Amino acid sequence: MPAPDRPRAKRATARNSAPADTGRTADTARRDFCRRTARLGGALWLAMTVPAFCGRPAARAAGRGGGEAGGAEAQLNAWLKIAADDSITVLVDRSEMGQGVYTALPMLLAEELEVDFTAIRIVAAPAGDAYVNAGNGGQITGTSNSVSDAWERLRTAGAQGRALLIAAAAGRWRIAPERCRARRGRVENDRGQSFSYGQLAPAAAKLEVPKQVKLKAKADYTLIGTSPRRLDTPAKVDGSAEFGLDVRLPGMLHAVIAHCPVLGGRARTVDSRTAETMPGVRRVLATPAGVVVVAEHFWQALKARDALEIVWDEGSNARLDNAAIRALLDDAAAAGPGLVAKQIGAPGAAIKTAAKSFAAVYELPLLAHATMEPMNCTADVRPDGCDLYVGTQVQQIAQAAAAEAAGLPPARVNVHTTLLGGGFGRRLEVDFIPAAVLASKALGVPVKLVWTREDDMTHDYYRPPAREEIRGGLDANGKLVAWQLHITSPSITARFDPTNKDPFDSVIEYVQNYPYGVPNFGLTYTRREIGIDVGYLRSVSHAPNCFAVESSMDELAAAASKNPLDFRLELLAAKPRHANVLKLAAERSGWGRPRPGRHLGIAFMEGYTSVIAQVAEISVTDAALHVHRITCVVDCGQMVNPRIVESQIESGIVFGLSAALWGGITLAAGRVRETNFNAYRLLRANEMPETDVLLVASDAPPGGIGELAVGPVAPAICNALYAATGRRIRTLPLAEQQPLRA
Amino acid sequence: MALISVNDRAVDVDAAPDTPLLWVLRDHLAMTGTKYGCGMALCGACTVHVDGRAMRSCVLPLGALAGRRVTTIEGLSPDRSHAVQRAWIELDVPQCGYCQSGQIMSAAALLAAKPAPSDADIDAAMAGNLCRCGTYPRIRKAIHRAAQLLAPGRDT
Repeated sequence: MPAPDRPRAKRATARNSAPADTGRTADTARRDFCRRTARLGGALWLAMTVPAFCGRPAARAAGRGGGEAGGAEAQLNAWLKIAADDSITVLVDRSEMGQGVYTALPMLLAEELEVDFTAIRIVAAPAGDAYVNAGNGGQITGTSNSVSDAWERLRTAGAQGRALLIAAAAGRWRIAPERCRARRGRVENDRGQSFSYGQLAPAAAKLEVPKQVKLKAKADYTLIGTSPRRLDTPAKVDGSAEFGLDVRLPGMLHAVIAHCPVLGGRARTVDSRTAETMPGVRRVLATPAGVVVVAEHFWQALKARDALEIVWDEGSNARLDNAAIRALLDDAAAAGPGLVAKQIGAPGAAIKTAAKSFAAVYELPLLAHATMEPMNCTADVRPDGCDLYVGTQVQQIAQAAAAEAAGLPPARVNVHTTLLGGGFGRRLEVDFIPAAVLASKALGVPVKLVWTREDDMTHDYYRPPAREEIRGGLDANGKLVAWQLHITSPSITARFDPTNKDPFDSVIEYVQNYPYGVPNFGLTYTRREIGIDVGYLRSVSHAPNCFAVESSMDELAAAASKNPLDFRLELLAAKPRHANVLKLAAERSGWGRPRPGRHLGIAFMEGYTSVIAQVAEISVTDAALHVHRITCVVDCGQMVNPRIVESQIESGIVFGLSAALWGGITLAAGRVRETNFNAYRLLRANEMPETDVLLVASDAPPGGIGELAVGPVAPAICNALYAATGRRIRTLPLAEQQPLRA
Repeated sequence: MALISVNDRAVDVDAAPDTPLLWVLRDHLAMTGTKYGCGMALCGACTVHVDGRAMRSCVLPLGALAGRRVTTIEGLSPDRSHAVQRAWIELDVPQCGYCQSGQIMSAAALLAAKPAPSDADIDAAMAGNLCRCGTYPRIRKAIHRAAQLLAPGRDT
């Protein structure tokens, strides 16, 4: 059998032929990833368009709980279908990965449509330009902006639907639309007559969509700001919810893949003779990603994979380990200050002349996404087209990747988005898709390719490691006069544009929102690649940057002999929204009067146009750290469903705790050592501290919540540990620095 | 061929005896509610009941199941009426939902053994079920709520 042609690492960097954008701003670094990625295969995917009807058939319902629409369906716009039996179907164009978009987005539409929300059916939208996320430059679920992006769009879609239904009814009655009103799935007139939406929908769908619709005022909301139960919950308690792993098609075969144990390596020779004689095995084929074994059942494929004899070309990472990566970053940092991303005043000079100066280096490890559902993809390739069933955050990029592998035009690939068993940014990548497509194409039947947990842990696009060096200066009164951060890290964004020379990378994004008022500020970035691809992990720059920023603020407060809360509040005097959140967190946590034996640490963050503060309450007994409670106060602007907001905040805290306490990927000889959950430790139920979450009522526009709560966790805990012991942790994870007691 | 009992139904399975119950359920019996997470009994996503006890189906070979009664999430109730399912819906526990079949099966086994579990009982019974989304605070509340729903003389 011939060896596969290209290793993954090269493949990833070879993707891009798009010219570098010029003149982009800092805030758009991550969006540019999306834009660039969306140009896969040379096709320009994006139409930054006005929403338009998208004619492709919708994907499958989200599990049995969704039910089926009865009778003919009329589609009123890209997001709304109404059937003859009055059932309302909302096409949701963002991927449900736990963050609640299958509930929050339909709420926006239903608020204006005037229907019983609990009866709405959800269907995943197909890939299509109508569904582009303007903030991300593609049909992309990421950057915590699903609600803010949909806020106007889906309320407008609901209001347009309502206006069409009213117009259809008015036409039948031959009266003016002003004499009709929509209520609970019916249009009524002033003579006591009414039609159901199902009766009106076919006629409504033929009318011209009104350009101008009036949206409700906040005071008139009946749904937005309330917490109806999630529409996806019923299917998630009886096993019927369909994740990618659960897709079953007639005649489908099952596949597994053998990856080179060294990241970026490839198969040199493959002896599959034994494997091919094993029960159920149908085919062994080499693909650029690895050697694929296709069998009748997963277990047969897995056993046959173990029987493959593969000689690997381990490639350039065969000697890579964590010490080497650390040395790469240290050397790069020492080589110079890097590219200037943002500067106010003259930070260098101000630090030199400051009454007191401060310097510290914070270090962040590689992290894995470790979604509970390992990567998987089901492809059904036929000569004339391909159906792709996949839990993805990037429908159009998935479509392009499948099309390239299948040798088909992208328009011939239908993307059916399943529920995602966790996303966290891992499913922004499409590395697991082509092998499934190639296998289906080779065998002429549908193939489901499933990664094992070990594949998933050892072939992630890891959160990049970072070295973040901070210098600061205080005046004689202990006021911060200069603050400077030099970040050294591999780039995430540059994977898609290796020629890029500007400093704005998603790994430095958060610091550009440095919230504190300081007359001299500097942010510089040294990009240092480490040989392996890195990716977006929930909170991206926010967690590493927030760790450095908030740890440094605590250290500077100590240097100034000030209370860490007061020190921050002084510097937030011009930002009442920020100060309010910080003060509330302090009040609720008992700041300044901790319980006996307990110690408190505070951290603050502004991100995703939301504001958050956390206080960690810890104890240290026999030198072991124990986290008892996280108090968290959030102002995320207008909330759509406060219960979902609260669960996302809890979720972020747990994600942040796992990372802070234990998170770290260890490379040895180019291989990832943490192959399963025994080595890559995640927080368990019995280790869960108490959480106290306060959501502040706010009239600000809707902000992000999915990633928000991750960042402040680690600095809050480390600041509390400093309060308890005087010991400052500047390198994560904590477990490698400090004994823990769960 | 192996004859096993799944959700009170006798089924013939044509699979190698070393095939884990997880894959028998998913691939041979088309019951995909039970999830694959780790393959090493580390995460609990594959939890089912075997003779009423919570077990990790990813490490239970088919050959060891003769004469034993398997209950999966699909067999917990016909209509989401089990107290644990009702409590899960009431408190909107799931986020991504992938681990929840396993969480629910562990919780149901706990409540069958201890109708009024303490927090320590919950910790002990649920420590084997990972949730990457962090639904732990809600799971704890929902187990206490399910215990209320199950308590004699309580119908709310």
